[in-house]
Amino acid sequence: MNSMKVINKKNILILIVIIVFYAVAQALINNGTINNFYEITLATICINIILAVSLNLVTGFTGQFSLGHAGFMSIGAYVGALINMEMNSTSGFLAGILAGAAAAAIVGILIGIPTLRLKGDYLAIATLGMAEIIRVVFLNMDDITNGAAGLNGIPRFTNWMWLFIFTALTIILINNFVHSSYGRACISIREDEIAAESMGVNTTMYKVMAFAIGAFFAGIAGALYSSYFYFIKPSIFGFMKSIDILVIVVFGGMGSITGSVIAAVVLAVLTTFLQSYSELRMIIYALLLIVIMIFRPQGLMGTKEITDLFKIVKKNEKNQ
Amino acid sequence: MPLLSADKLTKSFGGLTAVSDASMDIEKGELVGLIGPNGAGKTTFFNILTGVYAPTSGSIKLEVDGTVKDITGFKPYNITKSGVARTFQNIRLFKDLTVLDNIRIAMHQNIKYSLPSAFLRSNNFYYEEERLVKEAEELLDIFNLTDKKNELAKNLPYGEQRHLEIVRAMATRPVLLLLDEPAAGMNPMETDNLTKTIAKIREEFNLTILLIEHDMSLVMKICQRIYVLDYGTMIAEGSPSEIKNSKRVIEAYLGEDVRYA
Repeated sequence: MNSMKVINKKNILILIVIIVFYAVAQALINNGTINNFYEITLATICINIILAVSLNLVTGFTGQFSLGHAGFMSIGAYVGALINMEMNSTSGFLAGILAGAAAAAIVGILIGIPTLRLKGDYLAIATLGMAEIIRVVFLNMDDITNGAAGLNGIPRFTNWMWLFIFTALTIILINNFVHSSYGRACISIREDEIAAESMGVNTTMYKVMAFAIGAFFAGIAGALYSSYFYFIKPSIFGFMKSIDILVIVVFGGMGSITGSVIAAVVLAVLTTFLQSYSELRMIIYALLLIVIMIFRPQGLMGTKEITDLFKIVKKNEKNQ
Repeated sequence: MPLLSADKLTKSFGGLTAVSDASMDIEKGELVGLIGPNGAGKTTFFNILTGVYAPTSGSIKLEVDGTVKDITGFKPYNITKSGVARTFQNIRLFKDLTVLDNIRIAMHQNIKYSLPSAFLRSNNFYYEEERLVKEAEELLDIFNLTDKKNELAKNLPYGEQRHLEIVRAMATRPVLLLLDEPAAGMNPMETDNLTKTIAKIREEFNLTILLIEHDMSLVMKICQRIYVLDYGTMIAEGSPSEIKNSKRVIEAYLGEDVRYA
């Protein structure tokens, strides 16, 4: 009975896939197939995956429509950057990520408690306002954040290895959460809040929990961002950034982690290749979104995960 | 001391008093019915008991593990934790989740692993999750729903959805079960089935049950005691035969006997 359940076939398989994936990408970077230009795309993909998966927890799984994810990202970015600039070392970089994520989570809790009583569009407006307030605060804290000009010369520690580690961690941890009893409690809120409450789920607490966890990972993404692009300013984290993240979530499928990952990759690759047709870029991008929403309103994956695919294969084998 | 005692509950919505001065005592092990014409305030009374509404005045006391607890104004999840579970008049299942998940969500309040071990999947997580599935299957077995555990709740036939709601409520491990019109929309055969199920769970789980029902044959057949609500006030209380012959009750349902000169 007391065998180690953690070490099972499935987990070992996942670990192998992760290591192979990392090694292949690292090899491609080393031999120059992925050049500096594509490396930026790679970084964008990783950061967007972290942002989208964490927003998906709030919007897709818990059903709380949030338009303020960029606000949490900016907290992580600024806190991370300030600590990073002060210490200028790998440990400083990691401390900055942790502190940034924790700060974002705390703000998430403080903002979540009053706003998460609201539903639907009202919550969307409230979270939008919250992100704007955070942005304006950074804009006006001249002494610390250098105002509208932003912070320049942030030491670069974010590289493929760290990006990969944090992206993989985000996916694994949020996936674990969603498939635990705590995650199911969050999903029950999305399905029917009144029924959830009657089944013993403290809905307010779980909404705030999902919000705080989402903010935590958005904070990590922000800190990684600031240490990759050297430079941050408040306007980067405006309303449009929140929309960008939401688009990835909706495009991939609300309630599908796999969907968010695929959508983050597809949209980033698309943007990169369309860069040479700058005048057509936004039109093609917008058209694609419209087409997807018409033909697959539930998003690319709906609420399905890649692991469901294996389940279907297994089922068919059994039936034969 | 009764298991549940509701004392002079009143609920007003602005100028409308939906329930006024309604009292009810339920003894341990009883099966009590609550009836009344449409709009009498039965569901409102239920919603007060389960914490959906806080009463304007009055108090609700529940005996938990031998001590009396005042649960007036508790939030629904706290009332469920105290041991009162309910079903809904209009089915409120988690439609897009599987039958198993519906049950597991109701079991969430009793899980024994922490948030960090949910994130990190400790051994404890795997054991607890296994236990959850096993216990859920045991419950589903009683209702012959085990082979449907991986179906989405919305794909079940109507009668089974009603049953699933009861199983889900049972999964919270209640001492008192409140059923809001469990036979609504059922055909006579399904109602018959339901009657048997209610009797069965009552025996097996040593449950106390309060049910709202419109189907008089069901109420008269299985309830030991009946309360009658009309225009928000309790107008009668007694055994099925007493209620059947009560003048007040007949008046409430059929109108007063008026003689024209």
